[in-house]
Amino acid sequence: MRGRIALGLTVLVLALLPLVPIGIPVVFTGDFTTPGTLQVLASALVLAAVAMSYDVVFGYTGLLSFGHALPFALGAYGTNLLMIHVGLDYPIAIGVMLLGHGVLAVLVGSLALRTAGVAFAMVTLAFAEAFALLVLSDPLRILGGEEGLPIASERVPDLFRGVVNTQNIYWLALALAVFTFLVAHRVVSSRAGRVFEAIRENEKRVEMMGLRPSPFKLAAFTISSTLAALAGSVYLLVVRGANAGITTPDFTLAILVMVVLGGAGKLWGAAIGGFVYGILTLRLSAVATSDAIDALPGWLSGPLSEPLFVLGVLFILLVLFAPGGLSSLRLRLRGA
Amino acid sequence: MSSFVLYTVTGLGLAGLYFLLASGLSLIFGLMSVLNLAHGAFFAAGGYAAWWVMDSFDTVPAEPRFLLAVVAAGAVGAVAGALVERGLIRRLYGSHVRQILLTIGLGMAAVALMGGWFTYNPRLMDQPAWFGATTQLVGANIPNSRLLILAVAIVMLVALMAFLRGTRHGLIIRAGVENPSMARALGVDVARSFTIVFALGGLLAGIGGALGAVYFNGISPSLGTTQLIFAFIVVVIGGLGSVPGTAVAAVLVALTQIYVNNYVATGLGSIAVVVLLAVVLLVRPQGLLGKVQP
Repeated sequence: MRGRIALGLTVLVLALLPLVPIGIPVVFTGDFTTPGTLQVLASALVLAAVAMSYDVVFGYTGLLSFGHALPFALGAYGTNLLMIHVGLDYPIAIGVMLLGHGVLAVLVGSLALRTAGVAFAMVTLAFAEAFALLVLSDPLRILGGEEGLPIASERVPDLFRGVVNTQNIYWLALALAVFTFLVAHRVVSSRAGRVFEAIRENEKRVEMMGLRPSPFKLAAFTISSTLAALAGSVYLLVVRGANAGITTPDFTLAILVMVVLGGAGKLWGAAIGGFVYGILTLRLSAVATSDAIDALPGWLSGPLSEPLFVLGVLFILLVLFAPGGLSSLRLRLRGA
Repeated sequence: MSSFVLYTVTGLGLAGLYFLLASGLSLIFGLMSVLNLAHGAFFAAGGYAAWWVMDSFDTVPAEPRFLLAVVAAGAVGAVAGALVERGLIRRLYGSHVRQILLTIGLGMAAVALMGGWFTYNPRLMDQPAWFGATTQLVGANIPNSRLLILAVAIVMLVALMAFLRGTRHGLIIRAGVENPSMARALGVDVARSFTIVFALGGLLAGIGGALGAVYFNGISPSLGTTQLIFAFIVVVIGGLGSVPGTAVAAVLVALTQIYVNNYVATGLGSIAVVVLLAVVLLVRPQGLLGKVQP
C-alpha cells in the first residue's frame, strides 16, 4: 500500500513538472517548462524504462545479457523504417514493429540460451554487435550509417510533432516509464516471476523441483526485450531519430551500469538508476565545465569534465562498497 | 595473387594484435574466471606510453627509440594490470558478476581519463622510416610494419609458451587453469598467481597497444575497446584459457575479417566474424581447443 502511494505521488509530481516555471540552476539550462530541459528529462525517463526492462532479465532472472542495446535499437530503427519505407503511421508502426521484434526475440533468445553464463553474455554481445556493424556499414543504404536515421516526422501524430510539443513528448515518455514499471512489476510478482528469481538463485535446484528452466528463461528474455523495443520506439520520438550510438556495446554496458547504479533486482532501483544516469550523461559535462572545475590544474580538470570518468569512478565505488546500488543506501542508512 | 599475399600478411599482422590482446584475456579468464572488460584500456594505455616515448625523446634515432617505446608500453601495461588486480579485483574474489561490473566501470573511467588527458582525436605516432618501406614477398609489396607486428606477436607467443611450460609460475598457472579447486586442494596457492597473470595480460596488451599505434597509424582512447570486442570473440572461439587456441583463433578471425572485407564487401568482414562466432558456439560451445564449457 505504501509502495502504491509512493508510486502515485512520484508520477503526479513528474506529470505536473512541465507546468512549473522553476528550475534547478547549473544542472538544467532553463526551468521545467522549457523544451530543452523537458527533452533531457524525457530521455532520462526512457532510459529509466529501458533499465527496468533490463532488470527483468538481469536483476531478476540473473541472465547476464550483453546485448540489451539490440532490442532498444531495433525498436527505434524498426519503427522509423516502417514509417519511412512502408508509410505506416507512428502508432501502427510501433505495433507492427513489436510483432516482428517478438518473433526475432524468440529466435535470438532460443539460440543464445543454448549457452549459459559468460558464453551467453558473449553470444548476446555478438548479436548486438552484428546489428551495430550492420548499421555502420549500411549495405542497403537505408539505415543512415554513422549519421543516424532522422525520424519521418510526417508520419508522427500532430500531438507529438516539433519542438512546440515537447511537453506532450515528455508526458509520453512518462507514460512509457509507468507502463514499463506496471508490466514489469506484474511479471516479476507473478508465479512465473518467482521462478525467474529461483533460476537466478539456483538453476539446478529449479530443475530438481521438476520445472524446466529454459521456457522461463526464454519468457524473461522475450518480455524484457519487448519492453526495451517499446522504449526504443519512444526514444525515436524524443531524440527525433535513430542514432548509431544506441546500437553499440557501449550502450549495452551503459544499461547495465544504470541497473547496477540503482540496484539490480529492484524495479524502482533500476528506474532511478536509468533516470540519474540519463541526466548525468546529458548534463554532467555542462556542470563539469563550470568555473569551479576550470580553476583546477589541467591534468585534473580534463578528466573531471568527462561525464563517463565521473560515472565510471562512481560506479566502481558503488560496486566495491554498496553492491546493492543507490537503492540499498537508503536501507543501510535506516539500518544503521 | 600479389594482392592475396598482401591481404594474408595484413591479416596475419592483425591476428598478431588480436593475439596480444586476447591471450592475456584468455589466461585471466581461464585462471580466475574474471572477464576483464578493462583490458582494452591496457591496450590504449600501452599505445599512449609508446606515443609519449616517440614524441618526447626525439633526439634518439627512431629505431632504438621505438624499441624503448615498446618496452615502455609493456611496462605501463604490466604495472596497470598488477595495480588493478591488487587494488581492486582482489577485493571481490568469489563474486564474478561484481568483478565484471568493476572492470566495466574501470574501462569506462580509464577511457574517459585518457580522453580527458589526450583528447579523443587520434594521436599520430612517429615511426622509423623503415616501417613504411615495403619488402618484396612472393611478388607482393608488403609494408615492413605488418611483418614487424607479426614477428613480435610470434616472439611473444613463443615466450609465453616457454613461460607457461618451462617455469614454476607457469606450471602453477596451467594447473590453476586446468582445475582451480584441485590445484588448491593440493596446497598450491593459486591466488598468488593472480597478480602475475594480470600483470602478464597487461604486458601483452600494452605491447599490443604500441604495435596497434603502428598498425592503425595512431592511437585514440577507444581503440582498445573496439579491438576488445574482437579479442573476446577470439577468446571464445579459441577456447577459454588455451593460449595455442587463442593463437589459432586470432589467425582465423583476422583472416576471415580481411578476406571478406576485401573480396566480398567492405564492412561485411566484422559481421562475418560474428557469424563465425555464432557457428562455433553452436557446434562447439567450449571453443576450438578449450576443454571445458565456460
